[in-house]
Amino acid sequence: MSEGTLPLFEVFVRAKRGLSHVHVGSVHASDAAMAVRNARDLYTRRQEGVSIWVVAASDIVASSPDEKDSFFDPAGDKIYRHPTFYEVPEDVEYL
Amino acid sequence: MFTPPEGARRSRPGHTVLMYGNDFAEPDDPGAGPLNAADGGAVEAAAAHVDTKAREGLASFDAIIAADQRIEPRDAMPEEYRQTLIRQIAQHAHSEIIGMQPEGNWITRAPSLRRKAILIAKVQDEAGHGLYLYSAAETLGITREELLDRLHTGKQKYSSIFNYPTLTWADCGAIGWLVDGAAIMNQVPLCRCSYGPYARAMIRTCKEESFHQRQGFELLWELMRGTPEQQAMAQDATNRWWWPALAMFGPRDTGEHAVTGGHTEQSMAWGIKRFSNDDLRQKFVDMTVPQAARLGVTLPDPDLLWNEERGHYDFGEIDWDEFWRVIKGDGACNAARIERRVSSHEQGAWVREAATAYAAKQRERADGAVGAGEGSAA
Repeated sequence: MSEGTLPLFEVFVRAKRGLSHVHVGSVHASDAAMAVRNARDLYTRRQEGVSIWVVAASDIVASSPDEKDSFFDPAGDKIYRHPTFYEVPEDVEYL
Repeated sequence: MFTPPEGARRSRPGHTVLMYGNDFAEPDDPGAGPLNAADGGAVEAAAAHVDTKAREGLASFDAIIAADQRIEPRDAMPEEYRQTLIRQIAQHAHSEIIGMQPEGNWITRAPSLRRKAILIAKVQDEAGHGLYLYSAAETLGITREELLDRLHTGKQKYSSIFNYPTLTWADCGAIGWLVDGAAIMNQVPLCRCSYGPYARAMIRTCKEESFHQRQGFELLWELMRGTPEQQAMAQDATNRWWWPALAMFGPRDTGEHAVTGGHTEQSMAWGIKRFSNDDLRQKFVDMTVPQAARLGVTLPDPDLLWNEERGHYDFGEIDWDEFWRVIKGDGACNAARIERRVSSHEQGAWVREAATAYAAKQRERADGAVGAGEGSAA
């Protein structure tokens, strides 16, 4: 048994209260509990966080770069979804 | 909740399904945008998007590189780009891991509790940097096991600087000041490297590295204000580490030494490397000379002289024969470093095996408990 066979976990850290967890990197560990400890040692040596999530990398399902265009482009030309698309009189406040 | 199309789950041949760094925005990523879209020029961006869509090849590797954007793990990339990065990141990681040894050598003999705590923290940081880098390399489709194997069998190198011995306590200061100083000079531009995971690993590393350099300078500063023996020790360490530190930037690669189609040229075209070895070395010399003067040590180079015309310090020729000799295995510590690395890996095997066995047993028990629960409910 060697290091290479230890599963990979992705690590997410909440930097401080009020912020969401953000992906910071990954660790190898025998199980999720060990992954949390390894992540603590690796990613929060300088109080970079107040909370850690680990997720088995094999459990993550992602969109594919191959299909970036068909996946995300439909949103590209719908500029009416943005507030500045709309022409309103300049003297109207709080709009 | 939406379901991604089936193809999104497909992993492409030659690519790993490792997800490090993929599809996650950095908190300070300008692409993350402001809270209120009205403030962010989103309409302009959307309109521009419609235009640029028309230009072909936007998604291609070359276009991403040309736009100075980042390549992410599952993007298409030339095989040579991938191999160059694996080699560079792996050697960088190996250097951090082997780099724990020269200073680790002094942990038990640090002259005070304060110095011991600092040194332990620094060596732990080096381990951390190695792990950030191994993770980045793994996103390119190589396993941690393979990487370690290549280090242990000598198929991949680490920085030759770590094959020099740490003979006195002052060496810990000289390593922090000069070796980490040179490493920072090299690593700061890598924060803008075209490969996203490598750049992100470098950002973390650089944030931590400046403590390393400052503690080294402080260590020497203290010695230089101590006894004549302590001052001599600091000078001796400076003498021995100055030239190897300059050699860390790698072979000459500008002017008559520039090689058309060489490593530097290709890596620069790909946005992996941002400055030539020679430019970084010059910057390092220019930065370090005034620091040495303030410390009160003499840098061991009779040719070191301010050149008004160039606006830089001139310096003597590095002993490249020695550089290549040490890389090829003839340094004072090459064999000892690898032997130590391999034996500590082997001695740690039982820990990894025990942790894996424990995890398997816990999984079995959990499965058993679920089975029993269903059984009793039926």
